[in-house]
Amino acid sequence: MISDATIPFATNPAQPELDEDQLLHVSLGPQHPSTHGVFRMNVVLDGETVVSLKPVFGYLHRNHEKIAEGVTYLSSMPFTDRLDYICPLTNNWAYAHAVEKLAGIEVPERAEHIRVITAELTRLINHTAFVGFFLGDMGAWGSALMYAFREREKILDLFEDLTGARMMSNFMRFGGCRNDLPDGWAAKAGALVDGFPVFLDELENLIIGNEVLLARTQNVGAVSKEALINGGITGPMLRAAGVAYDIRKVEPYGIYERFKFRVPLGETGDCYDRLMIRFLELRESLAILRQALDQLPEGDYINPKAKIRNFKPPVGEAYARIEGPKGELGFYLVSDGSANPFRYRVRPPSFINLTLLEDMCLGLDLADVVVILGSVDIVLGEVDR
Amino acid sequence: MTPDLPAILARLQAALPDATLAQRRNPGPAGQDSLLVAPANLVAVCQFLRDTPDLDFDLLSNVTGVDWPDPLKAEAVAVPVTDTPPPASGFLEVVYHLYSTSRRAGPLVLRARSADREAQVQIPSVVAVYRSAEFQEREIYDLFGVVFTGHPDLRRILMWDEFLDHPMRKDYVAPDDYQYEPTPHDAVLEKAKLHYPAKP
Repeated sequence: MISDATIPFATNPAQPELDEDQLLHVSLGPQHPSTHGVFRMNVVLDGETVVSLKPVFGYLHRNHEKIAEGVTYLSSMPFTDRLDYICPLTNNWAYAHAVEKLAGIEVPERAEHIRVITAELTRLINHTAFVGFFLGDMGAWGSALMYAFREREKILDLFEDLTGARMMSNFMRFGGCRNDLPDGWAAKAGALVDGFPVFLDELENLIIGNEVLLARTQNVGAVSKEALINGGITGPMLRAAGVAYDIRKVEPYGIYERFKFRVPLGETGDCYDRLMIRFLELRESLAILRQALDQLPEGDYINPKAKIRNFKPPVGEAYARIEGPKGELGFYLVSDGSANPFRYRVRPPSFINLTLLEDMCLGLDLADVVVILGSVDIVLGEVDR
Repeated sequence: MTPDLPAILARLQAALPDATLAQRRNPGPAGQDSLLVAPANLVAVCQFLRDTPDLDFDLLSNVTGVDWPDPLKAEAVAVPVTDTPPPASGFLEVVYHLYSTSRRAGPLVLRARSADREAQVQIPSVVAVYRSAEFQEREIYDLFGVVFTGHPDLRRILMWDEFLDHPMRKDYVAPDDYQYEPTPHDAVLEKAKLHYPAKP
């Protein structure tokens, strides 16, 4: 708990007196190759040291929320794919979950299992891609990412079999999923899950223990637990600092309370812990996948009573959230009883996880900024919406 | 775990006797009732919720705005529990979703309403209590036009600085000259005629 009445703003204690003439203003981005998209940071440097850092957003802004207010509930489903385009299926689930809460729709057993399987496969994609991109941020451009994308492509092949698209899945429906698993899909997914630990060992052996990686990530970018919670940071970023807060555990949605899995925690919350958390979470996701594939029941893949056409939820509001691969992904919906949402709000994890970016970078070198930004794991489709 | 809203309301009223608070019922199946807080008491309420050990709402997860040109519509979504007259004019509303990481409780929904939609759109900023509101309040300011008093850095965040309107407002009219084409035809030509003088 925080005893102070106010949380102090980002200040740099090491630099009490700064000579304005000696400061260097650098616009980092929007097209730096390691900025993960069109994201800009206005950085003020004293030599190599960061004195101030202001993120600039909006290059990819298309007012997703306004578009959603103009169309029916279901028409927004394909747009959610484009928020965090690395993980469309978790976006689909978060939105479907919110609408189900808003309208009180039940989801059948088999659909819940399919959702868990696709969501955890998405987490595999996100975290392996994260490792690849993160190494790229540190200058190991290519090799780690190549191996990560090789495995990602295998999962995307599964998604293509299931949804018809590698990435823009548009798969979840209110009350279930759009279609059932194709014949033999579960067996193929099972084979992938069985083979995945071998790849993880390979990737870990490739990276972890590398002296350059340790020097670049350890003791870089750590912020206290209290400040992280107060800053709204969620997901692997928060757990890397040792806060056991995983929505799959604290507010189980779907059927997550049935599965046995652990929530890995870091100690210091530096960039190294953030990297290792992803590795550990990958292994827990595999455990969930194994259980979900083994228990997969027969039955409906969508609630037969769920209305697809002329769907009008009752008047009211709902906020629902899931543990997305990047953090808490929430949707807040207000219904006035018509076919279009009156208010549609995405609570984007990577946007809010950037709140403390300046605090993490102050007093460090410019080269660390890119590493810290990489460790936050942002996708600009979601940051800018 | 859904928080016990009447109990929290009673404790808030005991701790802050001057505060204007009211419970609002959510008519939908989600069952997330909310607390309507007068803007003047908002920061004190947040601070009480955060700093009381057995409440400990330390995570402000989501802050968002809603534009209500029609106050009756707002009263239908957040139904008053006691007999209160509806607001006279439309207003902007800011909705807060609070969670407790230690007690695993939430969401506690707070809502604060501006006096109207034009001149009196000020709502106190809660950034001093919850840092996570910093960018989200900037976004609400940008897209809805709510002015957060006391915000340390209230600038537009998603739209560019020179942009004038607030696009998430219900009465926002999208510009119709964005479909620029070098050789306009059909519907685009009709729109273009409104903006560009005809070629001689």
